[in-house]
Amino acid sequence: MLGRRQKREKWILLAPALAVLALITLIPLANTLWLSFTDTRISALPEPVHFIGLENYVYALTDPDFQEALFRTLYFTIVSVGLEGVLGVAVAVLLNQEFRGRTLLRALIILPWAVPTIVNAVAWRLIYHPDYGALNSLLFQLGIISDYRSWIGDPATAMNMVILADVWKNFPLVAYVALAALQTVPEDLSKAAAIEGAGPWKRFCSITLPWIAGPLMVVMVLRTIEAFRVFDIIYVMTGGGPADSTKTASFYVYQEYFNYLRSGSGASYAVLVAGISAVLIVFYYSVTKRQTAGGAA
Amino acid sequence: MRRSLVQSILLYGCALLLAAFTAGPLLWLAVMSISAPTDLTEVPLRWIPSQLDFSRYAALLSLDGGNGERFLSALRNSILTAGGATAAALLLAIPAAYAFSRRQASMVLLFAFLATIMMPPITYVLPLYSTFSSLGLLNHTVTLIIVYTAMLLPFATWLMKANIDVLPVEVEQAAFMEGAGTAYTIRQVVLPLALPAIAATAMLSFLVAWDEFFYALIFTNDLSAKTLPVAIADFSAGRVTDYGVIASVGVLATLPPAILAIAFQKFIVSGLVAGSVKG
Repeated sequence: MLGRRQKREKWILLAPALAVLALITLIPLANTLWLSFTDTRISALPEPVHFIGLENYVYALTDPDFQEALFRTLYFTIVSVGLEGVLGVAVAVLLNQEFRGRTLLRALIILPWAVPTIVNAVAWRLIYHPDYGALNSLLFQLGIISDYRSWIGDPATAMNMVILADVWKNFPLVAYVALAALQTVPEDLSKAAAIEGAGPWKRFCSITLPWIAGPLMVVMVLRTIEAFRVFDIIYVMTGGGPADSTKTASFYVYQEYFNYLRSGSGASYAVLVAGISAVLIVFYYSVTKRQTAGGAA
Repeated sequence: MRRSLVQSILLYGCALLLAAFTAGPLLWLAVMSISAPTDLTEVPLRWIPSQLDFSRYAALLSLDGGNGERFLSALRNSILTAGGATAAALLLAIPAAYAFSRRQASMVLLFAFLATIMMPPITYVLPLYSTFSSLGLLNHTVTLIIVYTAMLLPFATWLMKANIDVLPVEVEQAAFMEGAGTAYTIRQVVLPLALPAIAATAMLSFLVAWDEFFYALIFTNDLSAKTLPVAIADFSAGRVTDYGVIASVGVLATLPPAILAIAFQKFIVSGLVAGSVKG
């Protein structure tokens, strides 16, 4: 039983952290919510602010540009995280085999994770350069393409090229989680299946994958939450272009705020984005809980 | 189980492919940074530099000349910002973690901590911008330190909590028996035992702050506060015509996290895995 003194102490210990989080996250969140019901604009001179109810939301929800931005974000998130999952598991399976150089390779794949997001974006932008980029040169010299392409200057390919850069940076996290889980797969389980005549692919699907599914799910949902708010890499690589083909939801809100200076309307988009994030976060909570409960059993 | 020749070839082939995919972009960035400018604009590219050119590094690391000044002040700001925020976050996270670990603070509250950093920053940014603007705090390192402290705090609290959980509670109880207060016990008993955990938490926090771009982009606007990620974005978007300069800045900004990541790999990987799986 906790004494009353200890109970009071608990809150004293938590108070500084709670105060900072309230100031920097909770109050701004409430403030954004309030702004979303007003017609506030960013301006040097104070302007009268009107409460306009749900007007911003009615506009936002019927705004085809915003819907497209949401779909683009969804595409980015699903394809990025999906590829990171497949590549991460494949890499983990590879790094779980015994071969010479394995330790080195395991160490090597931490590098993309360590590269700052902005450096990653800048590096790939150089690699994709339409005239002097390494990708064009490599594919040309290998005879795969006959003409140089404008990889991120073409609306048809831009988003996929951004995704490739994102996957390169983020697959190591999934790979490390999957590898850690793979190392706990009991060997006799796999051996028993092999004796019963199950091939490697069947063994992978019926034993390995279910065994690592829990932790894998958790890290993929975490990556989904991160991918959904993508901004940095877009800002540097394409600036949302060409022809808005990489303009994601966060970028859309950013422009509404800082290019068009419509803070009221921008806030309503922000709240909608936050709402989707909140659903993902609650989902993350439930899979984490299931995971820890399962791990304890 | 013995592998057949085909299996071996397949295995080593995949390993090589993975190594190339992982190291390729980084190697190329490094090569660009020391290639002569004319090598970088050949079509198709010259992969091996005709001569080694370290002049960009020399220019970036000296204060004369615009690029060097831009780079060095951004480096200073990044070190101050990430270092200050890491210290502040730990200072707040340790007592909070103790409350979660030993004073039965609710796990739902801990998850609420974590939820604040999972929200897109776009949800917080405008009110923060208005507040800092009216307080005259835009474009100050200390502003970024405050915001980053809130950003690092939840994860630091969670990581410290998990580490305090596994410390033997008996030592603390003995201290309490002797009449020691909680603050004294945390300082004298818990902290020394948790030192490796604190180091790991500090390192991961520093790397997260080092990487941050969005807030820095919006809250800073000149040499006095811009951090490296913002400076790099400027270099990349600006009038720099020599791509080698951009590559050199990228290499320099990557070195500190890359060295930390390689040197403390076990630490970092286990922290990441635990952090992403157990939430």
